[in-house]
Amino acid sequence: MRASDLLKTTPAGLYCAAGDFHIDPLRPVKRALITHGHSDHARAGHESVLATRETLAIMGVRCGPDFAGATQAAAYGERIGIDGLTVSFHPAGHVLGSAQICVEAKGLRVVISGDYKRARDPTCAPFELVPCDVFISEATFGLPVFRHPDAAHEIARLIDSCRLFPERAHLVGAYSLGKAQRIMALLREAGWQRPIYIHGTMEKLTRFYEREGIDLGEVIRVTGPERPKLGGEVVICPPSALQELWSRRFPEPVPAFASGWMRVRARARQRGVELPLVISDHADWDELCETILATGCSELWVTHGEEDALVHWASGQGLAARPLHLIGYGEEEVEACEPAIPSDEADPALI
Amino acid sequence: MNRFAELLDRLSFEPSRNNKLRLMTDYFRSTPDPERGYALAALTGALGFQHAKPGLIRALISERVDPTLFYMSYDYVGDLSETVALLWPEPAATAAGAGHNRPPLALSEVVTTLATSGKLDLPRILARWLDALDEIGRWALLKLITGSLRVGVSARLAKTAVGDIGGKQPNEIEEVWHGLSPPYIDLFAWVEGREARPEATDPAPFRPPMLAHPIEEADLAVLNPEDFSAEWKWDGIRMQVVAGHDATGKRVLRMFSRTGEENTHAFPDLAEALAHLPAQDFAIDGELLILREGRVQPFSILQQRLNRKAVSAKHMADFPAHVRAYDLLSLNGEDFRPFAFCDRRKRLEAFVAECNEPRLDLSPIVPFKSWEDLAAARADPASAGAEADAAAVEGIMLKRVDSIYVPGRPKGPWYKWKRDPFNVDAVMMYAQRGHGKRSSFYSDYTFGCWREGENGEELVPIGKAYSGITDEELAQLDRYVRNHTINRFGPVREVEYSRDKGLVLEIAFEGINWSSRHKSGVALRFPRINRIRWDKPAKDADRIEVLEGLLRQRESA
Repeated sequence: MRASDLLKTTPAGLYCAAGDFHIDPLRPVKRALITHGHSDHARAGHESVLATRETLAIMGVRCGPDFAGATQAAAYGERIGIDGLTVSFHPAGHVLGSAQICVEAKGLRVVISGDYKRARDPTCAPFELVPCDVFISEATFGLPVFRHPDAAHEIARLIDSCRLFPERAHLVGAYSLGKAQRIMALLREAGWQRPIYIHGTMEKLTRFYEREGIDLGEVIRVTGPERPKLGGEVVICPPSALQELWSRRFPEPVPAFASGWMRVRARARQRGVELPLVISDHADWDELCETILATGCSELWVTHGEEDALVHWASGQGLAARPLHLIGYGEEEVEACEPAIPSDEADPALI
Repeated sequence: MNRFAELLDRLSFEPSRNNKLRLMTDYFRSTPDPERGYALAALTGALGFQHAKPGLIRALISERVDPTLFYMSYDYVGDLSETVALLWPEPAATAAGAGHNRPPLALSEVVTTLATSGKLDLPRILARWLDALDEIGRWALLKLITGSLRVGVSARLAKTAVGDIGGKQPNEIEEVWHGLSPPYIDLFAWVEGREARPEATDPAPFRPPMLAHPIEEADLAVLNPEDFSAEWKWDGIRMQVVAGHDATGKRVLRMFSRTGEENTHAFPDLAEALAHLPAQDFAIDGELLILREGRVQPFSILQQRLNRKAVSAKHMADFPAHVRAYDLLSLNGEDFRPFAFCDRRKRLEAFVAECNEPRLDLSPIVPFKSWEDLAAARADPASAGAEADAAAVEGIMLKRVDSIYVPGRPKGPWYKWKRDPFNVDAVMMYAQRGHGKRSSFYSDYTFGCWREGENGEELVPIGKAYSGITDEELAQLDRYVRNHTINRFGPVREVEYSRDKGLVLEIAFEGINWSSRHKSGVALRFPRINRIRWDKPAKDADRIEVLEGLLRQRESA
């Protein structure tokens, strides 16, 4: 069997006819296998969903308990039979519960990476290398200019800035799922003992991480009257909030943004970011290359991101490489089924 | 190098002047000599080495990175130094073991090596340094050696930051600056109170200039006209010309901007003429102007001369530079600054007459008996003696006849009385978010005037303004922008504007010039918001012809 017979791209996303399931489908389908809880991968409305227990729980937190007709939890490494195929979930190191999905059929092993990273993350299980014939990789940071520095170094810069500007609130834009909690955990590792303040939309997921046993220290949801008093404090918010009226009542805010995109200065400037923090939950260029080679795959498919450069590189390594040009991924910031921003946080001019 | 790189990185993202100051002061406080001194030299443009060419950097990266990957990366990042800094392969981990015994690369090593090494060695040295640095370090190094730091710091601001270490005013730093050289050990020792003030040994030092306060007509009531002398306020560039002789007896002539940045190299024609003036040494305070056939040219002409990196003979002939003197700060070893203005003026007049140099003349005194006389002169300089030069007059300078020359902006002795600004009613078209205290506020506005377009009446942008409004008005405008947005482009919003809908802003400006770079064909000087015309319908805003008329009227004057 060839991989192209096993998996095809369809408008709904990657589809496996032999098992009649989609992986991270973009629209409601009968059976969905979901790699992780970010809204561009985990959408509501499928008849059945197979994912890790944590991912299912995250979908419940984000989209309400009725996000799917039926759900089935997959433990990491558990081999699950579907119509003669075997599927298994393996840690991807991206966010809590994130998984690569391995599909095996008649001796052919295909691994769909989902989003992944190799760097250490105190809030989720580390990436596990799964040897395979065909590796289907993301390429969010698939250009050799993207090499993420040690996250601890970036956190040190944030703490240093709080020391230098003790009267200014440090607003850190970060995706609500995964990035925000990772920053909190990294701040604690760096010895930051002050309370960490969060935007209201982050509260549910943060409390979920805490219930999962991840120690984030004292985390306080910001309320209106408190804002002017938060000079020198770290406030974590969704990236879009940096530009909203919400950010206004903080004392002379320092807009920071934690993302792999911050590696490129123009990207930071376009967003009006003054303290760019290069902290990413995706593999950087070196990690992509290293991982692809380490899987021992002979064929590479690239799902989304900067596919061209990675395909060019892989071809040079003697791999059969092709881009899938999947669209609709890589927009973690669009929080599709997130509840509306609570009214005290909302921008009255925009409603 | 690492700490300096971190500083440049923070500065490049920091929009606020005060916060830039704090970042620099913190760096100067916590960084030892000589590193901080070389950093100061880099920030003030005082490093003298030959800058590396982009071709050299391209060649280095092409030896190390696949050309297709380089091309894709450069295309994405858009800046050569940054692309190379990001792409540069870290030396292999196994080989790095040997490198770890070396101390980290110091800025001082970079500066001293560049000053002494030959061109042929540069690629090898640069590659070794790039291997030793991290991404921010590589970025800073490449910016440094190509001579384009672009972190939004003027030499003056960097000197202010040094002064802030020990409570010294920037003018005190300026007084000694031109006798010093990198790495400025003696400067830091003085600022930190460990040693005496460095001796100024510069044969042609900069003297911090005296500046004027703006005057309101109401202020005039309490001032006595007899105490003051008046001159035209020229629309040129403040320039200090200083000459002396160095230890070997060679003539040194320097020209400085108001902030003490030397710009002699931009005006070799003028420097050449002034170097031969009949005096052992002198310091003239005056205005840089372009004169053609004895007529002062408007600022837009001067700008064309300024915007050149290298000045050709033709350019110098087309834009002849000239100094119009209004003060003499020293002559032949004598400091005139403690003398009264009227005494300095007599000496200046005698000196300029003796020089008999066509490129140097006197800024004439405007005679007046009463404030009414002066107001009339200000309203119509052409009839009050400025004649053909009236278009280059931007107001009146008032100087107390008994005023000594004090650096900075003392209140009382000198006033500037600008001509009334022009006004135009324009319609807001775009708004952009501000920075610092104004971040998240839409505080920068682009506005336009009406003209006849292909499909009827249309607005054409004529300028951009972000000042002139109170905090309360800013909040009102911000709310207006958010409620009337029709398009978003990154930090910019397009607002609703048409014949029936739109917000009229009364814009005040100091001058107007033809411009080929602007779609409207005109460019305003110092535009700011005078009033928000909530009451005025958009269709009643001014037409572009009003501005064009203003320009023609000035040209014919």
